[in-house]
Amino acid sequence: MTRVAMMVNGREVSGEVEGRTLLVDFLRQQLGLTGTHVGCDTSQCGACTVHVGGVPVKSCAMFALEAEGAEVRTIEGMAAPDGTLSVIQRAFQEHHGLQCGYCTPGMVMSAAGLLQVNPDPSEHEVRVWLEGNICRCTGYHNIVRAILAAAAELRGDAAAAA
Amino acid sequence: MYDFEFARPATVDEAVALLADEDAQALGGGQTFIPTLKQRLAAPSRLVSLSGIAALRFVRMEGDLLCIGGGTTHATVAREAAARFPALAALAAHIGDPAVRNRGSIGGSLANNDPSACYPAAALGTGATIVTDRNTHAADDYFQGMFTTALEPGEIVTEVRFALPEAASYQKFVQPASRFALVGVFVARMAEGVRVAVTGAAEDGVFRWTEAEAALEDDFAPGVLEALSLPAEGMIGDMHGSSEYRAHLVGVMTRRAVVAATASG
Ligand SMILES: Cc1cc2nc3c(=O)[nH]c(=O)nc-3n(C[C@H](O)[C@H](O)[C@H](O)COP(=O)(O)OP(=O)(O)OC[C@H]3O[C@@H](n4cnc5c(N)ncnc54)[C@H](O)[C@@H]3O)c2cc1C
Ligand code: FES
Ligand code: FES
Repeated sequence: MTRVAMMVNGREVSGEVEGRTLLVDFLRQQLGLTGTHVGCDTSQCGACTVHVGGVPVKSCAMFALEAEGAEVRTIEGMAAPDGTLSVIQRAFQEHHGLQCGYCTPGMVMSAAGLLQVNPDPSEHEVRVWLEGNICRCTGYHNIVRAILAAAAELRGDAAAAA
Repeated sequence: MYDFEFARPATVDEAVALLADEDAQALGGGQTFIPTLKQRLAAPSRLVSLSGIAALRFVRMEGDLLCIGGGTTHATVAREAAARFPALAALAAHIGDPAVRNRGSIGGSLANNDPSACYPAAALGTGATIVTDRNTHAADDYFQGMFTTALEPGEIVTEVRFALPEAASYQKFVQPASRFALVGVFVARMAEGVRVAVTGAAEDGVFRWTEAEAALEDDFAPGVLEALSLPAEGMIGDMHGSSEYRAHLVGVMTRRAVVAATASG
């Protein structure tokens, strides 16, 4: 076992892991952050998407020890400490961007990654970006709608968000 | 997944030393290798992660060459090669999905030499040089068949050097489930001549379509390719497409690449 330490959602955390311990297992099993889901475990579905160093990655395709010293953000770090949802999360709620919710943490983290690099994406750009996030319920339309609405709100474009 | 000792050195020299053990293996972005480990198709005793080596991550011009560090992610290449080599940046921008591109590296892709991977087409299609900790390999000698390269065990791809084409394009027909290339063709008009490299199609991995190169050398226009065709023999045939279909697609994608390269160049 090896000691690993990183910042998760702004908090310093550490634990003992094996070489083969995946980042997603460290987050879920050792830190109890079970909002990050495992859908496929084969790098296909994106349910396990978290941010490492500010960009989205699949936490099922990264070892915990590779995140040594890194800043990690999970879905639990998206809402404010008092539980107020982030703009993107609220947009998913308002636009029915989820049904069972299994894919949602990954969708939200992936969407947040998009809006960081492209605050004003077209519908096509949103759809292309979500290529690595699979949803078996919604048919994607409302997810895309939610992300476009969140983007507009974050740009301060209240009319478009309505 | 079997367990292993995990090492994360900060320099190439340390990594080379750690990889000298017989059962040690390098870990790049892990986007191919971690799924392989999960399936127990590999069982290294030690994994040497290259992710802590800052010196392996760069995109810069040296003289006339665009030089990219072996550990540079696809996302970084997509961003930082865009001004100098748009066809390469576009190739990188269409590998997998955004999360894969934030981890997967050019060195890992070239070391793996998946028969359907994109970077091998760019390297062979421009005659790039693959630099390692101990050697330099010309692309023409480097790719040696499906999942096989000139690399020795423990040899690390530290840099890839690209001469810049006068005009170039990579056209990929996406296999929609895996997002790899069902067929991908890189066409480049280089100072020394036209090169055409094909990935996804052949059982032996990436290859140069020399008849197309000769025809395009005389006249860089899609029409000259109409008379050419590739035999289905030696092409991959699977549930996604027969070998005849792939042979046909090579012609289609090559013509599209010539049209796109002409528009860009
Ligand atoms: C969902 C998904 C979609 C994808 N789509 C595409 C696609 O469309 N096109 C495409 O080309 N690829 C695609 N890939 C593969 C992706 O590009 C991988 O990143 C790449 O093939 C391997 O790079 P890596 O850095 O992740 O290497 P790893 O997976 O870490 O390693 C792969 C192999 O290379 C070795 N290695 C790694 N780095 C080095 C180095 N610097 N020097 C020597 N050896 C090294 C390892 O030991 C291992 O044997 C996809 C992957 C996924 C998961
Ligand atoms: S669980 Fe990681 S991509 Fe599906
Ligand atoms: S809401 Fe059920 S998988 Fe997306």
